[in-house]
Amino acid sequence: MMTDLNKALVEFCLRIADNSLIHAQRISEWTGHGPILEEDIAMSNVALDLIGQARGFYTYAAQLEGNGKTEDVYAFHRGEREFRNKLMVEQPDNKDFGFTMMKLFLNGCFDYLMFRDLMKSTDETISGLAAKSIKEVTYHVRHAGEWVVRLGDGTPESHQRIQNSLNELWSFTNELFEQDSIDTLLISNGIAFDKENVRNEWTKMVTEIFAKATLSIPENTNYFATGGLKGVHSEHFGFLLAEMQYLPRMYPDAVW
Amino acid sequence: MVTLDVREIWDLLNSIPDPEVPAISIVELGVVRDVRLTDSNVQVDITPTYSGCPALKNMEDQIRAKLLLVGLNPLIKTIYKPAWTTDWMSDETKEKLRAYGIAPPEKISFENLHPFANNDKGPVACPFCSSINTSLTSRFGSTACKALHFCNACFQPFEQFKCH
Repeated sequence: MMTDLNKALVEFCLRIADNSLIHAQRISEWTGHGPILEEDIAMSNVALDLIGQARGFYTYAAQLEGNGKTEDVYAFHRGEREFRNKLMVEQPDNKDFGFTMMKLFLNGCFDYLMFRDLMKSTDETISGLAAKSIKEVTYHVRHAGEWVVRLGDGTPESHQRIQNSLNELWSFTNELFEQDSIDTLLISNGIAFDKENVRNEWTKMVTEIFAKATLSIPENTNYFATGGLKGVHSEHFGFLLAEMQYLPRMYPDAVW
Repeated sequence: MVTLDVREIWDLLNSIPDPEVPAISIVELGVVRDVRLTDSNVQVDITPTYSGCPALKNMEDQIRAKLLLVGLNPLIKTIYKPAWTTDWMSDETKEKLRAYGIAPPEKISFENLHPFANNDKGPVACPFCSSINTSLTSRFGSTACKALHFCNACFQPFEQFKCH
């Protein structure tokens, strides 16, 4: 029997892993379709880093759960309602490179602060995975941030398009900071971090880049998407999973 | 019975080339972290360069194959702490990279970890002609650990092992 603390820790790991995996799946849709070869390669590299991060957290969750579970069970043998990723990362990019960069930037700034704080976790595995992941995330944010500035402070068309991306994605940003009793329990044990504590810092980070990019945060946003923590997703998610899980669903006995 | 000592096992592992950069070994790369002997077996700790590095499985297979040949069936464990860094490479290893045509990583400092920090150390020296009249083509290259540069002096594109 798992203790309540370990149950919470499994859920905590799955939330991080699911977010990275689904983000990676979306980004990897660019493979072979990047606007230029270098960015095509960049997208595949970023997706690979995120999948690697997801694997680390899935493997730890599987180890805590025992009963023979593996990372693949989480990735390929769960349905929509069991995934805990935030709604932002599952949004389709519709071949708009600026949208992808904005998403990578907004989510990446949060991940950067998250891993920075998790490096201080009392759980050795969590702090180790965080120390590993933060270096990669830092590189992603630097890359995405440069594109946000370049497109925002670029031509009238590139400016308008990435401003539109920001407007659309802004309603998904509140969810980054949502937390519940799982977090509370883990925070009181020194394992997790308080998301409310990084909200101001995150806002400062994105504002700094938006100023350089001549972009403005949409005012009067009165709707913020929510649902990831409870596995309630947007309509796009089922299609994403159908593609990602196609092979193991079609050939359940397939092995690597 | 383990007949080899720890030093001999390290030497064996040091003969395994990195599958993506065969000019250096997996020991020189810093992937092999620890070798420990037990009564009847050996445990090898390895750490990934990048979380998603697809070569890690290959390295694990090669370690197993190498040690099976000398009658050992190693327990191979992936560890994440401390996180791999290019600072673990010796000057000798960096020189091997350069001779192979890959610009070696510079020393890193913790201060430039922040994504917006100005970590520009100036142009990377071309591994072929040593000119510093080079420019960054792409932050990302053919493998997770490399970036693409171009030498404006000898007109040669080249890869740099990223500081990490």
